Amino acid sequence: MRLNEGAIGGTYKVAKVTVDEKITRRLEALGVNEKTPVTILNKKGSGSLIIKVRGTRLALGKRISDGILVEEAGHDAKRA
Amino acid sequence: MQRELKRQGLKDNSPITVGFVGNPNCGKTTLFNAFTGAKLKVANWPGVTVEKVEGETSYEGRPIRVIDTPGIYSLTSYTIEEIVTRKCIEDEEVDVIINVVDASSLERNLYLTLQLLELKKPVILALNMMDIVEERGMEIDLHRLPELLGHIPVVPVSARKRSGLDVLMHAVVHHYEEGPQGVVVRYAPQMETKIGQVEAALRNRYGNMDNLRWHAIKMLEYDEEVNKDHPLNLTGIVDYSYEKDIINEKYDYIEEIIHECLFNKERQAAMTDRIDELLTHPVWGIPVFLGIMALVFFLTFTVGDFLKGYFETGLDYFSQGFLAGLKALGASPWLISLLVDGIVAGVGGILTFLPNIFILFLALAFLEDSGYMARVAYVMNETMSKVGLSGKAFLPMLLGFGCTVPAVMATRALATDRDRRRTILITPFMSCSARLPIYVLFAHMFFREHALLVAYSLYLIGLLVAIGVAYVVHKGAGGEEEDDALLIELPEYKTPNGRTVAIYVWEKVEDYLTKAGTTIFIASIALWFVLNIGPGGMVEDVSGSYAAMIGRFLVPVLKPAGLGSWQIAVALISGLSAKEVVVSSFSVLYGINNINSAAGMMELSQILAIQGFGAVNAYALMIFCLLYSPCVAAIATIKRETRSLPWTAAMVGFQILMAWGMSVLVYQAGTIFLG
Repeated sequence: MRLNEGAIGGTYKVAKVTVDEKITRRLEALGVNEKTPVTILNKKGSGSLIIKVRGTRLALGKRISDGILVEEAGHDAKRA
Repeated sequence: MQRELKRQGLKDNSPITVGFVGNPNCGKTTLFNAFTGAKLKVANWPGVTVEKVEGETSYEGRPIRVIDTPGIYSLTSYTIEEIVTRKCIEDEEVDVIINVVDASSLERNLYLTLQLLELKKPVILALNMMDIVEERGMEIDLHRLPELLGHIPVVPVSARKRSGLDVLMHAVVHHYEEGPQGVVVRYAPQMETKIGQVEAALRNRYGNMDNLRWHAIKMLEYDEEVNKDHPLNLTGIVDYSYEKDIINEKYDYIEEIIHECLFNKERQAAMTDRIDELLTHPVWGIPVFLGIMALVFFLTFTVGDFLKGYFETGLDYFSQGFLAGLKALGASPWLISLLVDGIVAGVGGILTFLPNIFILFLALAFLEDSGYMARVAYVMNETMSKVGLSGKAFLPMLLGFGCTVPAVMATRALATDRDRRRTILITPFMSCSARLPIYVLFAHMFFREHALLVAYSLYLIGLLVAIGVAYVVHKGAGGEEEDDALLIELPEYKTPNGRTVAIYVWEKVEDYLTKAGTTIFIASIALWFVLNIGPGGMVEDVSGSYAAMIGRFLVPVLKPAGLGSWQIAVALISGLSAKEVVVSSFSVLYGINNINSAAGMMELSQILAIQGFGAVNAYALMIFCLLYSPCVAAIATIKRETRSLPWTAAMVGFQILMAWGMSVLVYQAGTIFLG
């Protein structure tokens, strides 16, 4: 599923990042990478959202949140 | 041992080259300036340093060459900044790397650190912004941190307070003698095997290299630059890019470091989450933002006005005493007129607005330092997307409430030239602090108890015009769906630091005073001269002056906007030097001392009333001042940033046309509806 289909408060694991090369690199340097757990903190109907990843809060626009494919993380991670 | 090193250090006076490397906006340049005494441009947004800069310093007689590099997040070779920095470290024989780290965002900064440690050059960690860490109630274990980073020196510094600088340079000298740290990050066994295999292949092909391990890791990441410099056939060993695994392992290690070295983070994070529930709420976000801005302007007006009284009394005493003094000295009438009606009225009048300016910047500094600004980018993202910009473009616009010049420069942080130009085009419509005196004066004179509302409406109209213009430009360019690629870090909230806020506000106050002493001073003198001199020399009646001649020329054009008097035309032209000059010009034009006082306002509004200038005219005037070109300094900055004179000239034309059109509209509509 896409990251912006996730629920507020939910923690997911990044499966694949499919955005522009340049943005992918930037995300990588920020630690958003395959297998990285991300928590959705805030979400708008338009698809932009705030996530917490590796201790940093990031605001993402729709195109990026659309391009990050995630899968459900284990139940332990969900509570974290 | 210590003694020996010290003697060595004293004996060996060969220069050491030090490179400052770090993430964007971590304080590298401030630190570099502190060492070299240079005055490089520093700003609180990323990307100010684009090329490397060099300087000189010394430690106990030993010359040290320092290089400031552009901010980077990673040592890959995907961006121009990364390539510049990497080349600089590798080719420029940088002996020691000072990795400047924003301690308040350690996780993100350490990623670059771990890569630098692999370069096999001595690395020193300069922990900047420790004060912010403390303010957030967090603690960093300064004993455990170096242990986990290969025992490199970790030096807390404050570029701003100039503390830790000597310790840092001392570390440079002795760490240089000691040589580079060992391997810090050990990857998973399979990865280490691969690294070993590539190292062997590299050694076979190129002999022994200084940083074999780094080259091997870069080869596994499929790094283009390394592959270009050292082509190697690795079939059978490397069958795909291991970059993602390498990144993940580095981040896993960082998590370990953070877990061991950073304390009390959770509490602060929980507080930020709670605040964000309201401030970044999907529905309430925008109303909350507008409310906060309303509060800022409310404080600017009410508290500012409260303080203003003291300034006015002071100015009254001063100008009366000054006048008496000049008369006692027997100064000639024209000199008295120049000094009192020109300079004291113009410059002094402007100084009485200082309390309003002070409160405005205090509030803006408060917002900026608290961490709220970045949230606004998220809150406004949808609105900005509709007009073809990203929420990030809203940050320069917000800065525009302070001053257009830094706001225009802040557009550098935007991704594309297209976004930059569009943002530069609309930023001047945000009411900068220089327009504040105009609003304060005219809103008070003509709208009395509704002054605050009127002033706030101008701020809103500016915002709406900006967004409207962006929308039209967007639609004009095809209006294709904006690829909403907002990506911005949201810092944790913190109580604004008194010192940071004080420095910020003092800088702005200083700017304002400097402007009063230079631009406004000169403009007031120049205006006095064109007012008192005509084709036949000194004139008795100002209507025979050059100023009146120039002004009358524009009267027909300004008449439909309700601004058809030569004095207003002259004030508006002078206002191009700085917007405050519109106000100081009114003082000089009508010879009003202390224009901002109740008596001054009364006098001016009576004079204007005789000319048939009422509330609608005043509103049209404020609209005109809101929309026409901010000032020469802003225009010059825009020219520099866009590197295009035609574009800048077209923009100025557009702004004047916009100002004229809107004020005509307001005046005509106003006279119809209000009589």
